[in-house]
Amino acid sequence: MSASAAEPVRDPGLQPERTRLAWRRTTLAGTVAAVLAMKTALHGGVSVAGGLVSALCCGLWLGFLALAHRRIRDLASSPRPTALTPRHATATVLITVALAACGAALLF
Amino acid sequence: MSEFVRNVRLWFAPQEVRQEGGTPDDRFSLANERTFLAWLRTALALIGGGFAVDQFLPDLRWGWRVGLALALLAAGVLCSLRAVNHWVRCERAMRRGEDLPVSRFPAVLSLVVAVVAVAMVVVVLVGWEG
Repeated sequence: MSASAAEPVRDPGLQPERTRLAWRRTTLAGTVAAVLAMKTALHGGVSVAGGLVSALCCGLWLGFLALAHRRIRDLASSPRPTALTPRHATATVLITVALAACGAALLF
Repeated sequence: MSEFVRNVRLWFAPQEVRQEGGTPDDRFSLANERTFLAWLRTALALIGGGFAVDQFLPDLRWGWRVGLALALLAAGVLCSLRAVNHWVRCERAMRRGEDLPVSRFPAVLSLVVAVVAVAMVVVVLVGWEG
């Protein structure tokens, strides 16, 4: 039973698990935004510009997924995970901002 | 303003945050991280709302549609930038043992969302009449 071996140091408030689920929820929200972006980009027929922006949104979504996955792996690696690094947080925010910039570009 | 510039530098420099004060209980850090993620979801929802206004209100006049969508997208950008800034400030305050920073941002965002919602109602009603 490996679970009982980890029991004494495990946080009874399940903080790492809750944080992991928060990353999952955020990824889901990002997926919805990216899908809406791609629908906007490909609305009314496929064009070169629409395809490019769509591919960019897809790439941004993959980047977000990779960041979330890395953080989730860190959280799962030990019962006392290390804190989020500012660079990691900034990277997720920059992806969000880039998605909004794609949206602004698609309006015109 | 120089305080803000300092915070922006900290976004990219994890080792500088580590240098200050003591390491807080990791549960507090994780709670701070979840708050950051909750704000990021709010930002993503605003951005998704911007796309939705553009896509699902096609009968609106161009100016209104683009204006509302841009307002929502801009609110999303502000919200996400503020999320990382607030996270850095909280993390640093915890390390130094200071009070957590207070913020007017939630109130401002609520007001902006309320104004946009009212504008959408007006625009949709007027749009249906015309």
